[in-house]
Amino acid sequence: MLDRDQVLHVARLARLDLGEQEVARMAEELSNVLDHIEKIRELDLEGVPPTSHVIDVVNALRADDPEPSLPRDVILAAAPEPLHDGFGVPSPGAA
Amino acid sequence: MSTTSTSTAYEPVIGLEIHVQLDTRTKMFCGCRLSFNDPPNIHTCPTCLGLPGALPVVNERAIHFGIMIGLALGCDIAERSLFHRKNYFYPDLPKGYQISQYDVPLCRGGRLGDVRIHRVHLEEDAAKLNHLGTSGRIHGSDRSWVDFNRGGTPLVEIVTEPDISSPEQAREWLILLRTTLQQLGVSDVDMSQGSLRCDANVSIRPAGSTRLGTKTELKNMNSFAFLERGVRAEIERQTHLLEQGEAVVQETLHFDPVSGGLTPLRSKEEAHDYRYFPEPDLVPLVVGEEMMTAARADMPVELPAERAVRFERELGLHADTARLFAFRAELGDYFERALNAAGADGSRGNGGAALEPAELSNWIPQLVERIGSDADPATSNVTPESLAALATMVKAKEVSRDAAREVLTLLVNEGGDPRAIVEREGLGAITAEDNGLAEIVDKAIASDPAAAEQVRAGNMKAIGPLVGYVMRETKGRADGGEITRLIRERLQG
Amino acid sequence: MSGLIDLTAAQAAERIRAGKVAAADLFEAYRARAASDQLNAFTWVAEAAPQTGDGANAPLGGVPVAVKDLFCTEGVPSQSGSKILEGYRPPYTATVVAKLRDAGAPLLGKTNQDEFAMGSSNENSGFGPVFNPWDRSRVPGGSSGGSAAAVAAGLAPWAVGTDTGGSIRQPAALCGIVGLKPTYGACSRYGMIAFASSLDQAGPLTRDVTDAALMLRHMVGHDRRDSTSLDYPGEIEVPRAEDLKGLRLGVPEDLTGAEGGIEPGVRESFEATLAVAERLGASIETCRLPHAPHALSAYYLIAPAEASANLARFDGVRYGLRVDGDKDLVTMYSRTREVGFGAEVKRRIMLGTYALSSGYYDAYYGTAQKVRTKITEDFKTAFERFDFIVTPTSPCTAFELGAKTDDPLAMYLNDFLAVPMSLAGIPAISIPSGLSDGLPVGFQLAGPAFSESRLLDAAHALERAIGFDGSKPRQ
Repeated sequence: MLDRDQVLHVARLARLDLGEQEVARMAEELSNVLDHIEKIRELDLEGVPPTSHVIDVVNALRADDPEPSLPRDVILAAAPEPLHDGFGVPSPGAA
Repeated sequence: MSTTSTSTAYEPVIGLEIHVQLDTRTKMFCGCRLSFNDPPNIHTCPTCLGLPGALPVVNERAIHFGIMIGLALGCDIAERSLFHRKNYFYPDLPKGYQISQYDVPLCRGGRLGDVRIHRVHLEEDAAKLNHLGTSGRIHGSDRSWVDFNRGGTPLVEIVTEPDISSPEQAREWLILLRTTLQQLGVSDVDMSQGSLRCDANVSIRPAGSTRLGTKTELKNMNSFAFLERGVRAEIERQTHLLEQGEAVVQETLHFDPVSGGLTPLRSKEEAHDYRYFPEPDLVPLVVGEEMMTAARADMPVELPAERAVRFERELGLHADTARLFAFRAELGDYFERALNAAGADGSRGNGGAALEPAELSNWIPQLVERIGSDADPATSNVTPESLAALATMVKAKEVSRDAAREVLTLLVNEGGDPRAIVEREGLGAITAEDNGLAEIVDKAIASDPAAAEQVRAGNMKAIGPLVGYVMRETKGRADGGEITRLIRERLQG
Repeated sequence: MSGLIDLTAAQAAERIRAGKVAAADLFEAYRARAASDQLNAFTWVAEAAPQTGDGANAPLGGVPVAVKDLFCTEGVPSQSGSKILEGYRPPYTATVVAKLRDAGAPLLGKTNQDEFAMGSSNENSGFGPVFNPWDRSRVPGGSSGGSAAAVAAGLAPWAVGTDTGGSIRQPAALCGIVGLKPTYGACSRYGMIAFASSLDQAGPLTRDVTDAALMLRHMVGHDRRDSTSLDYPGEIEVPRAEDLKGLRLGVPEDLTGAEGGIEPGVRESFEATLAVAERLGASIETCRLPHAPHALSAYYLIAPAEASANLARFDGVRYGLRVDGDKDLVTMYSRTREVGFGAEVKRRIMLGTYALSSGYYDAYYGTAQKVRTKITEDFKTAFERFDFIVTPTSPCTAFELGAKTDDPLAMYLNDFLAVPMSLAGIPAISIPSGLSDGLPVGFQLAGPAFSESRLLDAAHALERAIGFDGSKPRQ
């Protein structure tokens, strides 16, 4: 039920560069899983509110008080491309 | 035979989408300080950097400010609202999603001036993507780098209904919004610094139609002037397209204020499939009585829209003047201080008639003309008390209108007290009681018998040169109205 | 030295506090065993005992703890079993790990797991599978397979894991140890590399119920850094019960019924345990959880959906693996994630992205959240008549490595007994109930929110009566 085009579309949304074999396999595997999952759509859920939060808590708010930030050298130590005191990336839109 | 082309008149339909950076101390979902042109990446933490395992926690002051904005805009404040994840990939978005609000926002409905509000919601700002290369703009660079200082700054997004029908109205309304937000104290609202950002949705339709045309989105015009010009340029572009029989394509455009040109922007996310779902790391926001009371308590006594109404209805100002003074708070504040001063020292001049607020208000534009339209009168050499005194003197006919304008110019240059200046410059009014004036009137009549004859015959339009003669002779010290009256008396009996 | 590892954590803590055992000796005994781990249970082992204190005055006595790879531990690799985070050392420590450390349980090592906690066999790790200490040709369960194997094999006195859809309970069952998933919100998630935000919970994997109670006591509590964390009412108590008098146990036929797909050996052990419970004074009846059979489907929509967003941050920009950084941005993103993520993770990201995508939200994610509401209601109703719901923890015992890797759906079906409790956010514990063909079987008790102390008490009584001997894999 999931064809190659759909798989490619979803892979693009998820930024996954799937190989050809992967695409084919994914189409089959996801279709199998969805076939099984589909059954919940047969349930009568008229008027049932969706659970958006499991716990009965509201308004977990934080006072507007500053807290220490991380030192720059610490955060840049993990960066694949430290650049100009920041995180280097290819320019969006560059060919 | 030439064919006549019928040209359809099109009317613009404009809606605005405004992002306001809130003036809190810390970010929307973490305790990092907000940045003001600080060195890059010194205000970050696991949460605003999107490190693995980090979680957001809502800033209560941002909610407080959000409620205040909702109240100022006359919105319905949702008793319960949710945060949602808006999913897309971009380097300035560390988590790969922005925490925003979707179908259950903080505020709905409302109105400011004559524009209805669609919704108001809270979200976090993206980080700053900088581009290497000479222009600093994205084209022509192939390396960019990200500064996360700004990422996570609390934003309020305000979306209007498409109630705006001209570029000028768009600009004026944005000024009103800005003044309103400024008076709430929730933001610096500085367009040049990015704490107030405005996108416009623009479409056109045949005049009188109720169907909406295809709209385009103009991104981030960062001044009132650019907003007006950008919207105008887009209206022209769309009009031209439709007149050529082509269709308007829905797209996002960038307006270049230097060239005046509009260029399409590459879209950030294919078909804008943001896959919104409720943010599971946050709990619902319930705005109860306490929060509402706290927000109301922090509101200024009077907001610009209310002030405009009061100026017009209670003080009798002309509608346009009322709006100008209300929307530009510095003018309104100055005016009210002058009004106070006029009342305090007894607005009864020689004539016994009180100085009307509307009369006083006419002097503000005169002042503004002399100090520059962007200047704040309170910073000029003319105190509100001086202006009030000058206006009172004119009302009492102690000085002519023309002479008073000269006095105002002198006040702007040197400050001081208008009475002293009038005395010093000898600009006191010449009135009918001065015999000298009667003589000058006779001279005027003698100088132009043709005009005099006209006036004697009842043609008042001819009186101009005669009045002008007397004005010149008296160096503007006589009141124009007085002069006219005297000439009529002389000629018409 | 070898006597040391026969002690439970509670016993060891007591001896350290009494001055009979030195914390440093205990640490070293375990450290040496962990360092020569043959089960691939550890991704990192401490090089030496920590300098801080002797533990004698701390509640947990200095008894070291093994921590699942996905917990951020400052300066120590925290990879969530993934190549995309290989070698990543975070600048901060997860709240529950810090709490345990401050209570006197220093970090022994980081344990292997299914990548991003997605799996039921620990065969999805980017760093190789973990082997079940009862039979090394078999899986330990997952995703907390490393933690479970380490505790079962005596490589760690106890361990912290996470449970999203059974990932503590199921490996505990397959490895013959105790595993508990707390009430959602009871433990802070700050510093836990996220899989599914509305389901993930940290919890203990231990040799016995008393150890689980002891560790849990020092894990629960509100954390201001986690908006979804709760104030835990009262304290987790030391379990003392020796019988189950007056307890009403419910067996949900919707799950355990004939079509359930439960192995005969597992079912036998389950029935035997029910008989023990009855002898201890419990009353046992069947109960209804009408929507529970759909829990798996709902779970496999909600969890991947949340995961697809939680894993979007792994993009090669700020940390972790980067591939093709010299190409354009979209290529860098797509190649990094293609290379860095394993097959199961990619599968779930795809499933989750699809379930949320335009046009499908209502049918899939939206519907799943409604099913979740019904499941939660079902449990609430059941708990009006019953104290606890009981089931086998896993439908099968430890299967062979590679037995289910070709069929993702078959793998997912392992979770059907554990997932309903995860969706409802209620606590559940698995204790060893016996062996089937020499392999451990787990017995699950689930209770209403915040019933951990009562659950532990009941589990303790059962454990005592069952008398399971888990020492074999420690030899």
